[in-house]
Amino acid sequence: MYTEKVIVEFTNPENVGEIADADGVGEVGSPTCGDIMKIYLKVEGDRIADARFQTFGCAAAIASSSMATRMIRGMTLAEAWELSNADVVAALGALPDAKVHCSVLARDAIRAAINDYRARRGISPWETRYVCSHRGDGCGCRPENG
Amino acid sequence: MNDLDQRTFYMDHAATTFMKPEVIAAMAPYFSEHFGNPSSLYRFAAGSRSGVDAARRQVSAALGANPGEIYFCAGGSEADNWAIKGAALANRERGNHIITTAIEHHAVLHTCEWLERQGFSVTYLPVDEFGRVDPAAVEAAITDATTLVSVMTANNEIGTIQPVAEIGRIAHDHGVLFHTDAVQAVGAVPIDVERMGIDLLSLSGHKFYGPKGTGALYIRRRTRLENLVHGGGQERGRRAGTENVPGIVGLGKAIELATADIEGHNRRIAAMRDRLVREVLSTIPDSRLNGHPTERLANNANFSFRYVEGESILLLLDARGICASTGSACSSGSLEPSHVLLATGLSHEEAHGSLRLTLGDANTEDDVDYVLEVLPDVIGRLRQISPLTPPRTGVPEVD
Repeated sequence: MYTEKVIVEFTNPENVGEIADADGVGEVGSPTCGDIMKIYLKVEGDRIADARFQTFGCAAAIASSSMATRMIRGMTLAEAWELSNADVVAALGALPDAKVHCSVLARDAIRAAINDYRARRGISPWETRYVCSHRGDGCGCRPENG
Repeated sequence: MNDLDQRTFYMDHAATTFMKPEVIAAMAPYFSEHFGNPSSLYRFAAGSRSGVDAARRQVSAALGANPGEIYFCAGGSEADNWAIKGAALANRERGNHIITTAIEHHAVLHTCEWLERQGFSVTYLPVDEFGRVDPAAVEAAITDATTLVSVMTANNEIGTIQPVAEIGRIAHDHGVLFHTDAVQAVGAVPIDVERMGIDLLSLSGHKFYGPKGTGALYIRRRTRLENLVHGGGQERGRRAGTENVPGIVGLGKAIELATADIEGHNRRIAAMRDRLVREVLSTIPDSRLNGHPTERLANNANFSFRYVEGESILLLLDARGICASTGSACSSGSLEPSHVLLATGLSHEEAHGSLRLTLGDANTEDDVDYVLEVLPDVIGRLRQISPLTPPRTGVPEVD
């Protein structure tokens, strides 16, 4: 059901772990839904110098986290904000329909981390229109920040 | 990891089993020399007919039934649909209430839900933390309108064996029909339809080393049951369709083999399973065994590993050649994890982190050793990735 790229990314994920002195941290998902994604950012100037993740979830969630953190390294915060879930899916080749929400989760975790960075600096957050990709309201999955 | 020459360690026998060579050999002539339609009059068809008759005797002998009470069909799901819809519809002037449990297979649950949409009323009994149904709860749920109780003999996910004989007695005391889905139980739980008070019993060939697409429904004589598949007069006018003769012959041979020495078979399988369970629980912290400690199928081990998700476990095991299954939602494309695990009181996180290993006749102690070598590493790797893992959980070291 998964592409070769997804399996390779899942079995050999990059950027796993915390950044102890992260400048921004974003967490989305819930154990109820079966996936939690936490993304840590190290920011230098307005660029992402390091991005790491911790994920509880399926292969698609882990592969999406690994790919997304790789993609945003070196991006400006504004560029990373604009990373879409479709970009993540494209980089992974494809995701099964039922797993597309994992790529949405990666985008949302990045946005939550960026807004956490902005909040820590006393800057107003960029607007998030967080839409739960699971089953709508009440599933308990939401960005911690933003 | 995509090395197709890699050895496969198949530990998903609750999903399906390989076919035994004796079964294949028994079937072979019915693809070729005995290809006649059992309904045909000429002498040539007698070979097919006698194959079906012999299989019917083999199935009835395995269940303590009469051959005339065995009806072949296309599998466990059809048998469940037939038993439940057939009993509900045939007895609807007596009442519209059915009692079943929260942990049945979807072939039963979705059938009951369909009947609810047709105006029937269904009680879904809860289970305890081990997945057992309380017979007293069955009795308490019976009303004047109840026509059918359906409780599985053994659960497909957690392996819990139900007190079927007690439930059958209660149903009969109240004049209610008793159906049991024995799809996972045949060959693992000795079955005697008389002693257990069973009126309707579903079974499926591919769960006990027989062919896929084969099944049977035991129907106690004089049981009122509507037909499900209408058409020709096969199966004494109760199930239409030209008989799957090779499949039926294979089912017969398979059930004969599977029930020849249930106790000895269980002893051998349970010895491996018990070692697997013991060592997994002792080497992997924050793990638990789901289901009943003793009243469970000899081949079933169902674990929950905290902080990790089941589909990830499955795919990493698959990369190392191990075939297993999980109750995590993420493996099924649905959002809800296993209804069985949730019914036993597990949290969503624990249900998402479940792993089912079901042993079979070809597994050896070496296979168990291999799983014990690979599994702690797989769980350790995923726990290193998980944000839920508490610091210093005693996660096994990863190379």
